[in-house]
Amino acid sequence: MPSLCRDCLHDFETAARCPQCRSPRVLSHPELFDLTIAHMDCDAFYASVEKRDNPELEGKPVIIGGGRRGVVSTACYVARIKGVKSAMPMFKALQLCPEAIVVRGRMDRYVEVSKQVRALMDELTPVVEPLSLDEAFMDLTGTARLHGHPPAVMLARLVKRMKEEIGITGSIGLSHNKFLAKVASDLDKPRGFSVIGKAETMDFLRPRPVRLIWGIGPAAQDSLDRAGIRSFDDLLRWDLRDLQDRFGAMGDRLWHLARGQDARRVSAHSPVKSLSNETTFAEDTADPDILDGHIWRMAEKVSARAKAKDKAGRVVTLKLKRANHKGLTRRQSLHQPTQLADTIYRTARGLFEGAVGEGPFRLLGVGISELTPAADADREGDLLDPDAGRRAEAERAVDRIKDRFGADAILKGRALR
Amino acid sequence: MKFSIERGVLLKAVAQAQSVVERRNTIPILANVLIEADGSDVYFRATDLDIEVVDKAPAQVERAGATTVSAVTLNEIVRKLPDGALVTLSEDSAAGRLSIEAGRSNFSLATLPKEDFPVMASSDYSTNFAAPAPVLRRLFDKSKFAISTEETRYYLNGVYMHVSEADGGKVLRCVATDGHRLARIDADLPEGADGMPGVIVPRKTVGELRKLLDDDDMTIAVSVSETKVRFATPDITLTSKVIDGTFPDYTRVIPQGNTRKMEVDAAEFAKAVDRVATVSSERSRAVKLALDEDKLVLSVNAPDSGAAEEELAVAYGDERLEIGFNAKYLLEIASQVDRENAVFLFNSSGDPTLMREGNDTTAVYVVMPMRV
Repeated sequence: MPSLCRDCLHDFETAARCPQCRSPRVLSHPELFDLTIAHMDCDAFYASVEKRDNPELEGKPVIIGGGRRGVVSTACYVARIKGVKSAMPMFKALQLCPEAIVVRGRMDRYVEVSKQVRALMDELTPVVEPLSLDEAFMDLTGTARLHGHPPAVMLARLVKRMKEEIGITGSIGLSHNKFLAKVASDLDKPRGFSVIGKAETMDFLRPRPVRLIWGIGPAAQDSLDRAGIRSFDDLLRWDLRDLQDRFGAMGDRLWHLARGQDARRVSAHSPVKSLSNETTFAEDTADPDILDGHIWRMAEKVSARAKAKDKAGRVVTLKLKRANHKGLTRRQSLHQPTQLADTIYRTARGLFEGAVGEGPFRLLGVGISELTPAADADREGDLLDPDAGRRAEAERAVDRIKDRFGADAILKGRALR
Repeated sequence: MKFSIERGVLLKAVAQAQSVVERRNTIPILANVLIEADGSDVYFRATDLDIEVVDKAPAQVERAGATTVSAVTLNEIVRKLPDGALVTLSEDSAAGRLSIEAGRSNFSLATLPKEDFPVMASSDYSTNFAAPAPVLRRLFDKSKFAISTEETRYYLNGVYMHVSEADGGKVLRCVATDGHRLARIDADLPEGADGMPGVIVPRKTVGELRKLLDDDDMTIAVSVSETKVRFATPDITLTSKVIDGTFPDYTRVIPQGNTRKMEVDAAEFAKAVDRVATVSSERSRAVKLALDEDKLVLSVNAPDSGAAEEELAVAYGDERLEIGFNAKYLLEIASQVDRENAVFLFNSSGDPTLMREGNDTTAVYVVMPMRV
């Protein structure tokens, strides 16, 4: 059976240890050198970056997340042993693991390291589709001749170089489509390398729960539960028509995934679909003045990102989370796309008026979606709001000042609320 | 209740009723039409709680009475019956069924008790006047395109009907705007309309009203209160709540100082705008107007899809001007012109532009330019 040593990258026929370097980290699979779709997922990325930058954290439980009220954004594997998970409220994480060192995330740093990882992936193939800072799909079809090695070897080299040159580890999933590659990368974390071949696909999936499918959240899980679908085996008993009738477009996808089929291509240019920012408050609040300040700051952040990307949005969304963690989302289509903080703020403010009574709130977010090029944005004035044009000019003037003297050089009074 | 009625008469009444009924209903009775037979007439009443329409139709009433059935289903049945058929509707109140018979067709529909049907409370109308159908038709037809669909500015979701002062004295005026274009249409003040409270007539009511206005010889009885408006012909009574809000002060939106005047054949202009707009992207259909001495160049430049240009002869004597508009808005206002040339009055490329028909100031349109 084709085999590969993950330490020295030597390839050979089946053996328990690498015949060249005697390493036990041997990967064997009948289709090992034929599969080309991969998913790379960094192991506890934010925590790994922190540990790399601060050797004192080595071997200690580290949790990345914000403030007393925040949630765990990443926990290192030491903390995970104690049961700490992503998205867990911080107080709960600290109950499970009181000795954990909580580090506030440094997004700028993670972006920087993510770029280094990306550069290594770009050397493997031009078709890299990042899902977030720490994971990406890669399509290595047709690269074997270029590199002189099959994809499996190049991927093993990739994680080896990530460890040696950047100082972080990652796990690889290798298969024949995106769905299975993503499933595979999660099978053997951390420092994993898992392969799901074509021949074994059905046997592999059949006993597994459908929540394996990326994108099946608690809500979809519920509706599947009600239909008596828990495992892929359950799913296989459904006709395509019945699934479509019951679940709409998702039904179609489920039918194919149940058979290990996923026709989505790895796309290097998957467009950004929306921009949003949110904040969790230090204390729950229903105070309209304080919330107004948050709406403005979030609108300003979203606007700044839209301007940086030369994008504008046609829909404004306001997201609120009540003290009891119940979410609340309101959206409003605009007459024309906008990238102006003023328009985003005013629209979100209008949406907030309709929800103000639902407080107190613990979280507030503002976003724009249905993105279009900035050239289409804010081209028409409003007859009934003749000052809008002047406010837009003022905002552009403020942007120029910020460009020159920094983001804190000038603020609206509203931002201080 | 039992009566016989001619299919065409029945269809007209039922069609009107089912168009008022909301498609997505959570209250079952609101999907129904209330049918009341009395004397030699049958009344068909439908409501969505904001609008109520009552249609009176002549019939051979055998047994007086009242019941309610699904407006949509009844309409579908009557629509499919052969023209000229005599339809007999009879209620079996014990079984809770209404049977519909026409020739050899037989239908039986479930009914809901007439007592459950919400009848709109009557209002104290402070103003009552009569207006010829063509006058109301013009007021609403020429203004309704500018009604806003934006829910946040709900007070723009209708036509503001009120009495106003114009050059020649008091007028009955309809105004609609969505913040991007505005229409202001005037008519001679009908006798008895003076002192009428200004009301915002909702978009849906404007649509339903239109069905009453097709007959040129018809006179419409209009009644207005602070909260309701009623339009009535001898057979149909349309009552509607008005939008509870304040219509913005539109007078400051209408430019007074626009002096750069362009006169153009409206039909030619509309066709040219339509042609050049073909190449522009779906969402931002911006057309640029470049004006020079007696010459207008319309152009569209869409970097992704292409470019178009067309020249038109116009009457223009002011200095050069370039101004952009949403093509859809230009087409809409140009299509309101039906007798004379369209007269555009510009100020600058950033200011609202005014359009009217010849020198007629009883129909004025304002449109906001677009950055191009």
